[in-house]
Amino acid sequence: MPKLYTFLKYFFVVLWACFVIAPFLWAISTSFKDFNSVTGGATYIPWLQFEPTLDGWSVLFKPGSQGGINIIGPYFNSIFVTLTASLISIVLGTLAAYALSRYTFKAGIVKNNDITFFFISQRIMPPVVLSIPFFIFLSSLGLLDSLAGLILVYIVLLMPIAVWIMVDFFNRVPREIDETALIDGCNPFQAFFKVVLPNSVPGMLVAGLFCIIFGWIDFFFAFILTFTKVQLLPVKIVALNSSITPWWSLSAAALVSVAPLIIVAFIVERYLSKGNLSGALK
Amino acid sequence: MSLMLNHISFKPTEEYHLNDINLRFDSGKMYTILGRTLSGKTTLLKTIAGLQTPDSGSINFEDTDFLSIPVWKRNVAMVYQQFINYPHLNVRDNVAFPLKQRKMDENLIEKEVQEAMEKVGLIGFESRKIQELSGGQQQRVALARSLAKKAKILLLDEPLVNLDYKLREGLREEFKKLFNVSDESNSILIYASTDPLEAMQLNGDIIVIDEGKILQTGTAKDVFENPATAKVAEITNDPAMNINKCLIQDNSLIMNDSVQIQIPDELKTVPNGKYLVGIRATDIYLDDQGFAFDVEISEISGSETFLHLRNNNLKCVATIEEVKTYNTNEVVKINFDKSKIYLFEESGDLRHSPYQQ
Repeated sequence: MPKLYTFLKYFFVVLWACFVIAPFLWAISTSFKDFNSVTGGATYIPWLQFEPTLDGWSVLFKPGSQGGINIIGPYFNSIFVTLTASLISIVLGTLAAYALSRYTFKAGIVKNNDITFFFISQRIMPPVVLSIPFFIFLSSLGLLDSLAGLILVYIVLLMPIAVWIMVDFFNRVPREIDETALIDGCNPFQAFFKVVLPNSVPGMLVAGLFCIIFGWIDFFFAFILTFTKVQLLPVKIVALNSSITPWWSLSAAALVSVAPLIIVAFIVERYLSKGNLSGALK
Repeated sequence: MSLMLNHISFKPTEEYHLNDINLRFDSGKMYTILGRTLSGKTTLLKTIAGLQTPDSGSINFEDTDFLSIPVWKRNVAMVYQQFINYPHLNVRDNVAFPLKQRKMDENLIEKEVQEAMEKVGLIGFESRKIQELSGGQQQRVALARSLAKKAKILLLDEPLVNLDYKLREGLREEFKKLFNVSDESNSILIYASTDPLEAMQLNGDIIVIDEGKILQTGTAKDVFENPATAKVAEITNDPAMNINKCLIQDNSLIMNDSVQIQIPDELKTVPNGKYLVGIRATDIYLDDQGFAFDVEISEISGSETFLHLRNNNLKCVATIEEVKTYNTNEVVKINFDKSKIYLFEESGDLRHSPYQQ
């Protein structure tokens, strides 16, 4: 029985792994093809089935004058905007979430849960609803087509995610831990920074992961709020599209743009399995 | 030196959590707050610690207004019912945390931590992670942290209730020893419990609380022998004392029309009328000539059997000094130890105790 279980377990894990990895392999193989190899029927193995070429990749790094799109600038723009906005969102979101979890706010009929919902309700609206207000805000601040403007907008988009995840996280951290810290001589700020925060790393990592993902994949606002000076990766990649869909460079672009997320996921996963709160409450 | 609570009330909702509490705690003494779940024990401890601000009343400690001092400056220690430690620190750093917070000298911290760890039997566990410890060990860490502080007020909120039976018995013994030792430090020790047996064993002054009100204070013996009200008698006995309505008429005590007992001599001075009669479960015994009751539930507890009995509307719990399985609805004949009968007024106040002279 345990043998059968082990076999089935590995069988399904391998099956799932194939399911996940196959598209990547396909993308890698496609990225080294040219027009003829892509349209000439299903082929997978380079050299044997088709002649590999670097054309698909080189388009990504060639300047516009040579028919390329040069993603290096937008790539670093995307990394900078996503990381900065995520970091600020996590810091502000964690502070807000702690307050919402531990203190009681009341203004008429508005209570803690309503405030929490207010945060997340920002994400209920389709992005297009926000596009005009954001455009007007940024233009009146003179921040259209700038990294600062994008960061500002992304904080608005990402902080609700951070708040939501962290409120839920803090609600699971026993209040008695904070109270014990107070009794043991911490003022409320020390209790937060010395005791609550060190134990919140797992929650902050999860929130950070979500912020980075949602920031990285955004196309809509990056498209609406930038023109020529500043461009983010997803917008730049769209410039690849022409009368003939260049599947080879699209595959290369897909691999390049998914790479940071894979790295982040691996880092976060390692820390997630390490930290836990199980010792706090029995 | 003493801690005085004057007219403390706390009413966050429609119900009082604390209702006009007046208490005095003296240094070097141990107090047990005995009450059921949600009776206000934890709220009272949190109020003393400063985690909760009462709506009205005042607290004085060493002639200072305690309520004006924030929690982190009050020099109290508290151990919770849940095992609360700092999960990101190892055992040693957990115990040292309050001392480091005071910016004590490192060498002195080391000495105090060692001392506290020794008291609770945690030597050898210094560098363990909290998550690697069993429940009992985690609670020892919490206890060591509160002892290391040498706080003037030590609050223990049902510290043993989440431990298994064996461990609880063992730790309770150690608690008693610990408290005797810490008497020298002249701290006030306040222990909250739901368990009457535990309260009696700890042998401190008992404070009975229910629905946020103090019902009685006194020594364990005093509260056991002369419960001020029927409610106190229920709270301070496990199983709860059987309280039933009764009628005293012509030297006999009638419960529910069906049970009639000749009253003992010392009760003969009580005028006829309606009362509440209280009989401990241990003062009910099996008797072939006794009254017939139906068994509703029978539960075996250690070397005893608790019988939940019913005779029409009259319910009572009896402790039988043997382990025996009874079937539901089986008829048993029982009698009441007349010399151990308590009598309460209909309002609940004690009218007669078998221990009264």
